[in-house]
Amino acid sequence: MALTREQMAQRVARELEDGFYVNLGIGIPTLVANYVPEGIDVMLQSENGLLGMGRFPTEAEVDPDMINAGKQTVTARDGAAIFSSAESFAMIRGGHVDLTVLGAFEVDQNGNIASWMIPGKLIKGMGGAMDLVAGAENIICTMTHASKHGESKLLEQCNLPLTGAGCINRVLTDLAYLEIKDGAFHLVERAPGVSVEEIVEKTAGKLVVPDHVPEMTFEA
Amino acid sequence: MAGFDKRVGSYEEAMDGLESGMTVIAGGFGLCGIPENLIGEIKRRGVKDLTIYSNNCGVDGFGLGLLLEDRQISRIYASYVGENALFEQQMLNDEIEVVLTPQGTLAEKMRAGGAGIPAFYTATGYGTPIGDGKEVREFNGRHYILEESVVGDFAIVKGWKADRYGNIVYRDTAQNFNPLAATAGKITVVEVEEIVEPGELKPDQIHTPGIYVDRVIKGSFEKRIEKRTVREG
Repeated sequence: MALTREQMAQRVARELEDGFYVNLGIGIPTLVANYVPEGIDVMLQSENGLLGMGRFPTEAEVDPDMINAGKQTVTARDGAAIFSSAESFAMIRGGHVDLTVLGAFEVDQNGNIASWMIPGKLIKGMGGAMDLVAGAENIICTMTHASKHGESKLLEQCNLPLTGAGCINRVLTDLAYLEIKDGAFHLVERAPGVSVEEIVEKTAGKLVVPDHVPEMTFEA
Repeated sequence: MAGFDKRVGSYEEAMDGLESGMTVIAGGFGLCGIPENLIGEIKRRGVKDLTIYSNNCGVDGFGLGLLLEDRQISRIYASYVGENALFEQQMLNDEIEVVLTPQGTLAEKMRAGGAGIPAFYTATGYGTPIGDGKEVREFNGRHYILEESVVGDFAIVKGWKADRYGNIVYRDTAQNFNPLAATAGKITVVEVEEIVEPGELKPDQIHTPGIYVDRVIKGSFEKRIEKRTVREG
C-alpha cells in the first residue's frame, strides 16, 4: 500500500538526529515535526526569521506577529531566536542547517529538482526553495512517486523549470525511499506491500535495484 | 524635526517627496510586519508606475494588494505572489511585470544595497531560469551567479518601537525584511506602535540603528492574520 502522508512524515523523521537544526518545507514536510523520535531534540528553522519554531498556539496564545514560513500562526519554543530575513538566509545559504526537507513536482537521476513552477498553471514564485536547495548538503525530497494518471515523477530529466541543479541525493516517495548518485536512482526501501515491480514501472529515470529491497515498517 | 528628532506629524509628511516612477522597498513577510499605513498613504497619493521590492504583494484589499486596485505598481520584485485574485489577473494581462526573485537573494539585495555592496555572488538559482543571462563565476569548484543589489527611492518599514532618533526594535517575526529595507532607501520611513525617548531603548538591543532612518511616525495597526492555526489547549 502506498504510504499515507503521515507515514511519509514518520519515515522522514527517522533521519533526524539529536541536535539537528532542520528546515521543513510546506506540505508533507511540516508533518515531520509531529514525529520527532523519543529522546532526541531538534530545532526547527523557519525561513521568515525564527529558529526554534514551537507548536501551534492555543486560541489565547495566537499572535499576528508570530508566524512561520507558511504564514501560519505559531509559537516560539524556549531557547528560540528571532532574526532578520538576511540573517535567516545567511544560515541557510551558509550551510548551517543540518537537514532540509521539501516537496517536489519532479526529480531526475542527476539530482535536479523542479518544485516551484508549472508554466501556464502555477507561477506564484519560489519563496525560499532555491536558497534551501543551494545551501544545504543534506536534503530529503518528499513527493508522490507518480501522478494520479501513473506518470512518473522520478525522471531521466526534469521537464519543469528547475529549483536547483544536481542538489538532491535522497527522495522519499509514497512508494519508496531512494538515493541518487552517479546519475541514477538507487532503490533503498519500499513501502509495506509495494512490489519492486511497481516501483520499477513507475520510475522513468535510471533505477538501480539491489537484490534485496527491505520493506519499511511502521507502528500501527 | 530638529537634530536627530526624526518624528513627522502626519502620514502625508511621512511620504513627502514620493513621485510616480519611483522604486519603493517594503518590509514585511506575508501580512506580518507590513507597513500598513504607509502603504495606505501611497494609495491615497495615487502615484503610479512604481517599482516595488517586497517578499509578497499582500492580499486582495490589504497590504500591497491595495496598490493593485488603481494599478499603481508596474513592476514588482518578489519571491511569492498571486495570493490575490487581482494580482493574478494583472499578471495574466501583462499589466504588471513580475520579477520572481529567490527570497534569500531578495533579502541580500536589500542588505547589500544598504551596505554599499553593489553586487554579490550566490549559488541560489544557478542552473535554473533565475540564472539566465547572469554572469557566472566558479569558486572552490562550484558555480555562482552575480546578482545586483538595490537601493530604493523610498523604503517603508514597520517597527514595534522606535525612539525619537529612529533607533528601531522589531517584535517577534514581524522583523523579517524590515531591518534590510530600512537600510536600503534613500529616504527610509518607519511606522511604529510606540515612540519613546532616547535612552529608553537599550543600545545593545537595538535592531536598526537610527542612522538609517529618516522619518518616524506612530500609528495603529490592524495586524491581519493570514492563516490562523491553533491547537487545543
